[in-house]
Amino acid sequence: MHSHAPAPTEEEIRGVVAPLASLEGPLLPMLHALQDTWGFVPQVAVPVLADILNLGRAEVHGVISFYHDFRAHPAGRHVLKICRAEACQSMGANALAESTLQKLGIGWHGTTPNGAVTVEPVYCLGMCACAPAAMVDGRVVGRVDDARMDRILAEVGA
Amino acid sequence: MRDFIIPQYPPGDDRDMGTPAKAGLPVTLTVDGIDITVPEGTSVMRAAAEAGIMVPKLCASDNMEAFGSCRLCVVEIEGRRGTPASCTTPVMEGMVVHTQSDKLRRMRKGVMELYISDHPLDCLTCAANGDCELQDMAGAVGLRDVRYKAPEGATLLNHFAQRDGVGVNAHYTPKDESNPYFTYDPAKCIVCSRCVRACEEVQGTFALTIEGRGFDSRVKAGAIGDDFLSSDCVSCGACVQACPTATLQEKSVIELGTPQRSVITTCAYCGVGCSFKAELNGDQLVRMVPYKHGKANRGHSCVKGRFAYGYAQHKDRILRPMIRDTIDQPWREVEWAEALSFAANRLKGIQEKYGRKSVGVITSSRCTNEETYLVQKLTRAVFGNNNTDTCARVCHSPTGYGLGKTYGTSAGTQDFDSVEQADVVMVIGANPTDGHPVFASRLKKRLRQGAKLIVVDPRRTDIVRSPHIQAAYHLPLKPGTNVAVVTAMAHVIVTEGLFDEDFIRTRCDWDEFQFYVDFVSDPRHAPENVELLTGVPAADLRAAARLYATGGNGAIYYGLGVTEHSQGSTTVIGIANLAMLTGNIGRPGVGVNPLRGQNNVQGSCDMGSFPHELPGYRHVKLPDVRAIFEKAWGCEIDPEPGLRIPNMLDAAVEGTFKGLYCQGEDILQSDPDTHHVAAGLAAMECVIVHDLFLNETANYAHVFLPGSSFLEKDGTFTNAERRINRVRKVMAPRNGYEDWEVTQLLANAMGANWHYTHPSQIMEEIAATTPSFAGVTYEVLEEKGSVQWPCNETVPDGTPLMHVDGFVSGKGHFMVTEYVATDERTGPRFPLLLTTGRILSQYNVGAQTRRTDNVVWHPEDVLEINPHDAEFRGIKDGDWVRLASRAGETTLRAVLTDRVAAGVVYTTFHHPSTQANVVTTDFSDWATNCPEFKVTAVQVSPSNGPSEWQESYAEQAERSRRILTAAE
Repeated sequence: MHSHAPAPTEEEIRGVVAPLASLEGPLLPMLHALQDTWGFVPQVAVPVLADILNLGRAEVHGVISFYHDFRAHPAGRHVLKICRAEACQSMGANALAESTLQKLGIGWHGTTPNGAVTVEPVYCLGMCACAPAAMVDGRVVGRVDDARMDRILAEVGA
Repeated sequence: MRDFIIPQYPPGDDRDMGTPAKAGLPVTLTVDGIDITVPEGTSVMRAAAEAGIMVPKLCASDNMEAFGSCRLCVVEIEGRRGTPASCTTPVMEGMVVHTQSDKLRRMRKGVMELYISDHPLDCLTCAANGDCELQDMAGAVGLRDVRYKAPEGATLLNHFAQRDGVGVNAHYTPKDESNPYFTYDPAKCIVCSRCVRACEEVQGTFALTIEGRGFDSRVKAGAIGDDFLSSDCVSCGACVQACPTATLQEKSVIELGTPQRSVITTCAYCGVGCSFKAELNGDQLVRMVPYKHGKANRGHSCVKGRFAYGYAQHKDRILRPMIRDTIDQPWREVEWAEALSFAANRLKGIQEKYGRKSVGVITSSRCTNEETYLVQKLTRAVFGNNNTDTCARVCHSPTGYGLGKTYGTSAGTQDFDSVEQADVVMVIGANPTDGHPVFASRLKKRLRQGAKLIVVDPRRTDIVRSPHIQAAYHLPLKPGTNVAVVTAMAHVIVTEGLFDEDFIRTRCDWDEFQFYVDFVSDPRHAPENVELLTGVPAADLRAAARLYATGGNGAIYYGLGVTEHSQGSTTVIGIANLAMLTGNIGRPGVGVNPLRGQNNVQGSCDMGSFPHELPGYRHVKLPDVRAIFEKAWGCEIDPEPGLRIPNMLDAAVEGTFKGLYCQGEDILQSDPDTHHVAAGLAAMECVIVHDLFLNETANYAHVFLPGSSFLEKDGTFTNAERRINRVRKVMAPRNGYEDWEVTQLLANAMGANWHYTHPSQIMEEIAATTPSFAGVTYEVLEEKGSVQWPCNETVPDGTPLMHVDGFVSGKGHFMVTEYVATDERTGPRFPLLLTTGRILSQYNVGAQTRRTDNVVWHPEDVLEINPHDAEFRGIKDGDWVRLASRAGETTLRAVLTDRVAAGVVYTTFHHPSTQANVVTTDFSDWATNCPEFKVTAVQVSPSNGPSEWQESYAEQAERSRRILTAAE
């Protein structure tokens, strides 16, 4: 799924989340399923989830907006997360992030014009011993310096 | 040491105790050296408040559960480590609590400093100035300085400045002014979550949330792209009331300033009868706030009572009396004396020419008990006949008949508090979230606690499914088949042996029960055998009956969907049978409860508005009853029952009924078969309309007497739980007289000699003549706040629960309920069934709510139609459609929805331009003549615009409303 694909329909959303309705506390698994399927949680899913779970629209929105991980818009083909928590900051994560964003010419949450990569901040990947850390499409990378970052960017085609 | 008592608050003391009251064993603790005993489960904060010590707080309020987020209410407890929040800490025996210490003061000041660092300091020009808990708490904790300074070259991160040093402040969100009655200003929000919790816990709508996290957290109505108006918000005002700052603020307070005085009174909209504090500056009403010690509403309100009071100041309101010789003339403004003598002379002339019985009255279910009493006294004592009726004729007269025959009283059996103990609630033919919203909120709260719900309604109303509420069973019956459904439920209960034999043997007439059992166990009443008729799946009906019979405390709440049928009385009897069968009568959490439509429809029935009954439901034929009133009134009372509203209109058309005094009611719009009503009114020689506005009936009137609103008079209303609530005069009547004074003036102009100077004297007369009101006086109401009748020597505090030890009629009476289909049937020409109802923001004929900003929610009546029926007819959403029945036709817009089943269409009757009652027929209840509003066979077809009737009616209405102002 990339940024030019049409937003999913209500039926498609129902198809993805309906099998999860019997879980205990089904809202978060449903949101993850949506993001796994389309790379983001589409706005049109809010009333659908509210209807299936018999919640208020506001409640669903409250949950989605609480978790930074849930995206409102489609991401690029790859997602690069750079850790900005204390340990990584102390090992130069801020400078790394700044130079990376500059290289790509985007800001936080931005996607490169060719749609290759979206860069997002993350607060602790549990890799403090190998700071600064990053994550590419779910794969963690430790001790990221400019050279390693360049390799990563080349890999994702940015 | 204080005694363990449930605290009684003096009137007007509505301190916030911090957390809800609890019930439990007594626990004694010490707070700042004061011993206090409170029920187990009470919070330390509430215990302290009971002892008179208010612990500083921001996120706590006693109408919602403790949340523990503001950290201002910290205390120290001897023997415990740390500083627990007093709102979330329950009391324990022997606990020693300190609410003040250096450490606590430092902590509170630190917390407060953080709050204030992100709050604008424009207190002097803020709408909440003087009514702001944040301001109060800053004072209480002694905050004198905020130490947080902006970093060099930048501003301190905040939500309130539109611009920071460099450019637009990304954290600033502009005010949301979309709701007509209140504003949401995120700049002032401290994110205490009180509004969100009030919306969830008190109102039960779940329209609000906290969006984001950490510093980004903001209150949000709905989801992305929503504002307050487009969200699920129902504008009940609970969030505005809960807000400790000016974040959520009434627009009226912003405009008019902080109110300085208040009067406790009773809402004049629906039958819930909420208590309100009318808050004023001088005689300028600033806002209406639900009164927390009001026993019907317990501090909650809906959009109508809370906000829709502006009609009293509307420019359409008529303040001077008017007369005209014939109804095609324009109105002429005159002085009171001229209008009254004109009316009196006409009425006297009619009586001389056509006889004593050629005139009558219609009492109002919107006016006070005292006013209603005087109007029926006018016809009985001055006109000399019993021609009195009231709008209960068109709503709950079958309730009076049905419950009277089975239980012996014409009223609901419970108080509203009872729902808090119900385990299974059956809602039949009622739409509480729209019609009785404050009761619906209390019901929903109980449902969220786990009570089960059964809904019997042709429509999927909001109570069937809405956030966190889901009915266990929804029985979507075909309109008109109530009796079949209720009898089938009884069949299941009897044949499956689920009835409560002990209860029936001790409390009911056993022989009648035997007879009833024979009737009801007949297989033709089995759910499987009535399924074709009612459209209700037999399995659901059986399951619902079993649930009601075996699920614990079973309570039935019903509305006009039960009564407004040709078999309305039979259904009421069927419901009463169900409660007796299962022993669900006479204790908290059970009962049979009519949800009465208008604020004082119970009272107007109690006050003898019916043509066959004197006050207290005593037949006019009984000489001993007549003697009481003959003695009190010093006149003779006609022993013959008078005319009901439909009979008056029939007689008018025939030419034997010529004069009518109609107080506060719009029969032309609210009664069925508009053409017939119009013909009846047009045939009369003197129609006196006593109302706030030139209503539709006034188009046919010769005398218009301006009325006073509920804010402008003293008196009492009786709500659906028989609770007599005081109505207090908030301001002087704009028209010059309270309504009871106008009736008295008219009576005296007719030759009576009445000398009431205050409604309390009328209540004395009611108490002296009516046994169930014997103990009611204004002093008692002042002292207790309200009482539920019967209130007399035996029960001086009133009667919250009826039939506790035995039925009022001695034994409960089972009566057979044979289903007889209505004569109104669908056929090839009229294949659909129309049923009518109402919606939240509008009230009845809309005379009041249409003249407020409530129209943003419901600007016109629409026709709900199932998409299947619509597609078949080529109707799209929003199209104009023609709605035709055997009686007439009208046009309105269609809304496609699967809320209504195929074969059923639905509309409301709030707007006179639609005139839904042009379509309804004059079929009526066999026992009481209550019209069959809920079933009309209709056809729906595409249309281009208003019907011929609508156009000619609009023209006639405009012509008849011309007013020639009096020469100054």
